[in-house]
Amino acid sequence: MAVIELSNVSRAFTVTSRNGFRRTRREVRAVDGMSFTVEPGEVMGYIGPNGAGKSTTIKMLTGILVPSSGSIRVAGVDPSRNRLKLAKRIGVVFGQRTTLWWDLPLKDSFAVLQKMYDVPIARHRENLATFVELLDLGELLDVPVRQLSLGQRMRGDIAAALLHDPEIVYLDEPTIGLDVISKARLREFLAQVNAERRTTVILTTHDLDDIEALCSRVMVIDHGHQIYDGTLTGLRASQSAPRTLVVDLATSLPPIEIQGATVVKVDGPRQHLTFPTTTSAAPLLSQIAANYPLVDLSVAEPTIESVITQLYTPTHH
Amino acid sequence: MVERLRRAPAQYWMLVLMWIRSSLAYPASFVLMLASSMLITVMDFVAIVLMFSHIESFGGFTLGEMALLYATASMTLGVADLFTGAIERVGERIRTGTLDVYLIRPVPTFLQTAADGFALRRIGRPLQAGVVLAFALSNLQLEWTPAKVVMLVLSVITGSIIFAAIFVLGAAFQFLAIDSAELANSFTYGGQTLTQYPLSVFGKEIVRAVTFVIPLAFVNYYPVLYVLGKPAPLGLPSWIGLLSPLVAGAMVALASLAWRGGLRRYRSTGS
Repeated sequence: MAVIELSNVSRAFTVTSRNGFRRTRREVRAVDGMSFTVEPGEVMGYIGPNGAGKSTTIKMLTGILVPSSGSIRVAGVDPSRNRLKLAKRIGVVFGQRTTLWWDLPLKDSFAVLQKMYDVPIARHRENLATFVELLDLGELLDVPVRQLSLGQRMRGDIAAALLHDPEIVYLDEPTIGLDVISKARLREFLAQVNAERRTTVILTTHDLDDIEALCSRVMVIDHGHQIYDGTLTGLRASQSAPRTLVVDLATSLPPIEIQGATVVKVDGPRQHLTFPTTTSAAPLLSQIAANYPLVDLSVAEPTIESVITQLYTPTHH
Repeated sequence: MVERLRRAPAQYWMLVLMWIRSSLAYPASFVLMLASSMLITVMDFVAIVLMFSHIESFGGFTLGEMALLYATASMTLGVADLFTGAIERVGERIRTGTLDVYLIRPVPTFLQTAADGFALRRIGRPLQAGVVLAFALSNLQLEWTPAKVVMLVLSVITGSIIFAAIFVLGAAFQFLAIDSAELANSFTYGGQTLTQYPLSVFGKEIVRAVTFVIPLAFVNYYPVLYVLGKPAPLGLPSWIGLLSPLVAGAMVALASLAWRGGLRRYRSTGS
């Protein structure tokens, strides 16, 4: 049975803008008629440009915001009406703000969370020991949260969100501002938690590497509407983003002229050509090799960024 | 609901302890704030004593009677401020969206915001009020009856509840108008300044307003009039102070409705 169920959910905000003395009110639909379900144990990447409605959706799923219309069931209950009850079964990480006690050592926050969530003390110790090891928190436990670096604090926040064995974890931009190593460590940890505990994970991010590393399913939204829901491979295939052929010639030459590909960039002896995903690279190569002094070449698949950029701007294709 | 109320004191205390320990992370600041808060409250009553070195009575009240009025006003506001005064910080949390963090926890948001940044230095006012109350009781030659004792004790409890309800109403109003904390303060801290004087000196209009609109007169004025055996103004019966618990109950119901309404209207911030 689905652990998260949205049916035709909308959330509108009234935005007041001031132009001189004139005040104008208009209604903005941050989320507009959204319907989807998530199965237990799924890891879903939830992506979209700024202002697409990602955070609004997450806030409705946690019960922070009341939807304007439509119905939501999370773990069998209506989140905004049963917020306190639901709170014990979910974990939330806000990349932009911490849930830890700023002036107290990290371990104090963990201790108070055990009481807040009524976690049996043995279970709490067991979880804490696991997370301390996996997230390398040992030396940070006695440090006041305000003295932690962003990456350290984020590890603390993630441990805090998982200590009560939530069935569902929402991660709102968990890797924002982290360095490459911290990101990699976090992804590894989340993958492990999902695999071992069957925790359902909803992840909003701007970092598509997070998606590649973790998510079996991707949902793309824009202007409060769902514009894609499926696998990452499917997302790539669904879009006709061009592939790129990078050709190194022996000398600088005018742009290559061949059938089926166009030069987009000339950089001395190196030329970049694009060709549709539907075309095979082989005939292009033989054409070039026959007519030009070819030294080296490589074929690049469309990046997931370019695929998504295309999704956001449907008029371009 | 019953379960929630049963657990509330322990949950509140747990959060308060966290905040007290947080404030002790800055010991110098804590000591300075406590000292300045003590000094201000002490000077507050000294001003009244000085006033009575020039006059015999004020609005029909002697120094001892004024001390009783002052002590009950200061005690009720002090207790309410200690336990719920921090709730005004909700405005800042609404503006920055950090209220989200409280809304995802399995502890009522009201308890978390009431304990938000719990300031132990606020204990200064109830302590000072206790001293003034002792002074008042030793100074007054009252014929104590059981009814008067009950009235005095009850008024301290219900008065604190009325002030607390005003703090919560003010906080709930901030869901509609962010940064309106000062509006509530004019009724709480301002109300304390008002209620430490015999209300009759302010004229009938004010007495009407604090009886029927914002029931500050029920905090301590009517109960104290009863204890002192003085008649109530506006031709109201002398036992009107006994209505204080009803007024407190109505205020709590109103504050509770407003707070829930506020939470449902909460719109968070963009990210």
